[in-house]
Amino acid sequence: MRSRQAIALLALVGLFVALYLWLHALGFGGAIKCGASGGCETVQTSPWAVFLGLPVAFYGVVGYLAILVVAIVALRPAALSQPRWSKWLVLLATVGFGFTLYLTYLELFVIQAICRWCIGSAVIITLIWIVSLFSLRSPATRIDPGASQPLRGPPA
Amino acid sequence: MNRFYMTVGVLAVVLGIGVFALLKTGGASAPAAAAGAPPTVVDDSFRGYTLGQENAPVEIVEYLDFECPVCATFATIQMPTITEQLINTGKARWRFRDYPLPIHKYSRFAAHAAQCAGAQGRYFAMQEQLFSHHQWAQTGKDPSSLFRDLAQAAGVDLKAYDACMEAGRYAGRIEYSRQEGDQRVVDGTPTFFANGKKLFPNLRRLPNSDDFKTIVDSIIAHTPAKPAARPARR
Repeated sequence: MRSRQAIALLALVGLFVALYLWLHALGFGGAIKCGASGGCETVQTSPWAVFLGLPVAFYGVVGYLAILVVAIVALRPAALSQPRWSKWLVLLATVGFGFTLYLTYLELFVIQAICRWCIGSAVIITLIWIVSLFSLRSPATRIDPGASQPLRGPPA
Repeated sequence: MNRFYMTVGVLAVVLGIGVFALLKTGGASAPAAAAGAPPTVVDDSFRGYTLGQENAPVEIVEYLDFECPVCATFATIQMPTITEQLINTGKARWRFRDYPLPIHKYSRFAAHAAQCAGAQGRYFAMQEQLFSHHQWAQTGKDPSSLFRDLAQAAGVDLKAYDACMEAGRYAGRIEYSRQEGDQRVVDGTPTFFANGKKLFPNLRRLPNSDDFKTIVDSIIAHTPAKPAARPARR
């Protein structure tokens, strides 16, 4: 449960990071807040800031939102003992982590500029990926040995 | 569990306020010519300022955004070599088209300043000023006053420049160029075309002068030679 909560909180932070970059890509606000290096502008205005016709940040918004929704759904009492939700989280986090590796490669070796917001997002998705892998290995819920089990029918 | 959902809610509100504040404080108020796309598109048959001979065998079209740092880097680092090796030798003609990205608050304004300078025959001087003093693109501050100084340094008559900027005379032309870029699937700046063909769709780095030399030489090698003409700027 703790791991799913951690994933939900991380995804929420990542969602707002991606949301800021996406809104900026759509023309809201002025110059991006990125320190004096100007790396964010370089990355955001490069040809690689658009993927399949949409700003890369848009995919971040969709990805983090998906992870957040799945993590919240997986925290329902009925879903806590179901490992399939952990598998969904691992799947989503792995896709996000893979995409982030590609984007970080572009930043370092192609565009040759570092965007602090992108690095922040990369750290968040990496943490989500690691936590999701741990959640796969550990049980999703703790069973209190002292708790009584409900009766399933009248005694024979 | 309830405490967790409360934490999520509070965090969402805090982050939402943070994003709103970041967007709100991102820049000063935009001058008239920079405030988004103009309502009308004007095709005045202008197709960009060109550098090089009219009959050069290769025409490179560059879609640029004046606020884009990569465009500034390309203009200040690669273009001098390209001018020397390809344009001055008559191999290529360079055509500059505006593609102001919506991400940039003042790129349309800068493009307009360059066009107003161009109306006085000082487009290239103004372009050089805008790219070589590119710090303006990092501050987020209204560059109106700075652009006047740059225009003056470029040899532009400020009275005519002010009237041109005030009227937004070339806003429709710039928008036409941007929409033309959209139709040609310009997906970032700078984007280049050589004799109508989009360049570097799969290049995994930013192009340099050697890349253009290779392309231009390759096109020329497969094109019948034309008589030379004197260099022209218009």
